[in-house]
Amino acid sequence: MDTLSLSQWQFAITTVYHFFFVPLTLGLSIVVAIMETVYVRTGNEVYKRMVKFWGKLFLINFAMGVVTGIVQEFQFGMNWSEYSRYVGDIFGAPLAVEALLAFFLESTFLGVWIFGWDKLSRRMHAVTIWLVAIGSNLSALWILIANSFMQEPQGYQIVGGRALMTDFSAVVFNPNVWVQFPHVLASGLTTAAFFILGISAYQLLRKKEQDFFHRSINLGAIIGAVGIILVILEGHSQAQHIVESQPMKMAGIEALWNTEGPSASFSLFSVLDVPNKKDILQIRIPGVLSLLAYNSLTGEVKGMNQLQAEYVQKYGPGDYTPPVFFNYWSFRIMVGVGMLMLLLLALLIYNAMRNHLEKATLLLKILPFALFLPYIANTTGWLLTEMGRQPWVVFGLLKTKDAVSPTVSAGVVLVSLIGFALVYGALMVADVYLLQKFAKLGPVDEIAGQSAAEQPLHA
Amino acid sequence: MELQTLWFILIAVLFSGYFVLEGFDMGVGILLPFLGKDDTRRRMMINTIGPHWDGNEVWLLTAGGASFAAFPLYYATLFSGFYLPLFLMLVALIARGVAFEFRGKIQGMKWTNIWDWCIFLGSFIPALLWGVAFSNFVRGVPIDATMHYYSNFFELLNPFALVGGLVSVGGFTLFGAIFLSLKAGAPLSDEARSMAWKVWIPTVVVLVLYLILSYSQTDILSKMGVNPGVVPIGSVLTLLLTGWLVRTKRDGWAFITMALTIVLSVATIYLHLYPRLMVSSLNPDWSVTIQNSSSSPYTLQVMTIVALIFVPIVLVYQGWTYWIFRKRITQKPEDLHY
Repeated sequence: MDTLSLSQWQFAITTVYHFFFVPLTLGLSIVVAIMETVYVRTGNEVYKRMVKFWGKLFLINFAMGVVTGIVQEFQFGMNWSEYSRYVGDIFGAPLAVEALLAFFLESTFLGVWIFGWDKLSRRMHAVTIWLVAIGSNLSALWILIANSFMQEPQGYQIVGGRALMTDFSAVVFNPNVWVQFPHVLASGLTTAAFFILGISAYQLLRKKEQDFFHRSINLGAIIGAVGIILVILEGHSQAQHIVESQPMKMAGIEALWNTEGPSASFSLFSVLDVPNKKDILQIRIPGVLSLLAYNSLTGEVKGMNQLQAEYVQKYGPGDYTPPVFFNYWSFRIMVGVGMLMLLLLALLIYNAMRNHLEKATLLLKILPFALFLPYIANTTGWLLTEMGRQPWVVFGLLKTKDAVSPTVSAGVVLVSLIGFALVYGALMVADVYLLQKFAKLGPVDEIAGQSAAEQPLHA
Repeated sequence: MELQTLWFILIAVLFSGYFVLEGFDMGVGILLPFLGKDDTRRRMMINTIGPHWDGNEVWLLTAGGASFAAFPLYYATLFSGFYLPLFLMLVALIARGVAFEFRGKIQGMKWTNIWDWCIFLGSFIPALLWGVAFSNFVRGVPIDATMHYYSNFFELLNPFALVGGLVSVGGFTLFGAIFLSLKAGAPLSDEARSMAWKVWIPTVVVLVLYLILSYSQTDILSKMGVNPGVVPIGSVLTLLLTGWLVRTKRDGWAFITMALTIVLSVATIYLHLYPRLMVSSLNPDWSVTIQNSSSSPYTLQVMTIVALIFVPIVLVYQGWTYWIFRKRITQKPEDLHY
């Protein structure tokens, strides 16, 4: 393999891995902050125990997100130096703002939160976790502002072979940000909710700490319901936006070879023959793609063949078709999993409202496995965001193949790729081991600011 | 002042901040096997930096982000050129960061041993590599006319750079020991102080060696003349003063003079570099400078406004956290919690 494909693999692996941890951090920081606020307002010790229990799991996950995030900032320069040269004038700015505005906030106050239980007033301590939650979610905002420039370049001009920023507010208020950010924010909440639901259901089945996990599962159900509904609604507006801004991405997602109009059909299931650009077998529902794209049964949706011809005219010869099979199925997995989560939450809330939760043992048995559903949706969502834009790294401006570092040899990238894979693999084992251990252990009562299980051995 | 110069200064400030703050926490990590004779001591050592290390590390991320935003071509040349050292540094920082969080979660010698090694190596490797990297910035690397540098890892490990690496390891370890003498309760604080003295001697020796080498390995003589000026001399004098202050048990003052040593050393390097960011060993005209690598005036203006608003805010709240955790970490159970 050459430097380009190895670098792509490395970026894909390190980014997907990083994003295993990020959504849970985004969502769970808010949930723990809510729990601590309830504790401060009511003085009810159950909520303090909830903060401690869920907070510990939050911290284990947070550490992984932070350290794998450092890699992200470095590898734009390490593996994609030509990209950095080309868009640095624009892309560097949100990254620097992210560090200054968000990373400092979350990292500094997380340290205070962990060690500050008996150094700060209750109220002030609750403020620190809110600052962590705000910092984490602000960092998501700024990295998505940066990413949105790659999806839909705004506020720039090309001078001397580099994209230069002409309007910072156009970069920040890129329309793509404001459909993408709420989607990511809501998926964070959904991930946190299913994390809480899965563990709480497991504990409820074991009849441990019923009151504690009952309250947890109720909170998880509310957060999850809000999260999943927003995810779906925002996902819908994001898709509608992509029809306009990146029609080729949408055509790839829908495996729409040829333009359909005035009414476009939705592919429910297709067996694709990608090399010949056709379907071997397909089930299509008339009008639904137009409905999804424009909220109307009529409306032309462009197909890949027509777009390809259009792009050749506009950008010169080349293949502008994204990996269709991959995008088509990533999208369907993401949406399918999202719908499954919606169904599970509806069942859960129905049972909870009828005070039937303990009797719904089948549902409680399913929920621990459903914990993995948001992870599948988060991953497939990002994969199709990035893969659907190929062959571009910055849509319409710079191709991925022209973005890679020319000075780094394939051998060196192979070394780092293997290195990251080994380190990340080992850390995943440690992370999952710790999470399942403490999830199974349940809440532990505290003695003087520390939990009994954590009492250090004295020499 | 030109914005490019302002951002050159700002990046020097960010790296200074990073080396001061992470300097002592890397030092504590390096000293873990040497001063942490038992688990209580190791827990005490880690808890002196526990609330701070993550916030300290953000100074590096900000320095990286600022380089990307203000001098994207420098960022591109540097990060792709120093690929393998940066990869090693990333692995080290990953292992170290996770170790702080995971170490105390399970009781057991095997478990804590693994993470203690991660903390030690995760502190030692970056401490060494930073000295190596900055030495190569001033010594020069083969950057071509198109600002590309085809990296060769072993070329970076030249004797001058390795001595530079020893200087940074020595300096950070010394700083870590002084920090512990200030932040830990007895008897660890006394042990840390005598360790500081033991580290101070070789640190001065390698620094002198490094300074002598720098006259043959870099263009410092032509850039700075026979009398290098008050900043470089100040960095040496404060280091010498630190030794005396350690000997006379003035831990607080020793901490301040050592911090000054680090700030003045970074300032020396950047004064020597200015207006270059990386020196080309092939042709002086091919060096990466603040002019040929910078962002557009517009981006620099935007970033200047952002930095002027947020850097002071960050300084205030990070300062506040040091105030909150100003008490010494003792052997009492409430100090050992995690």
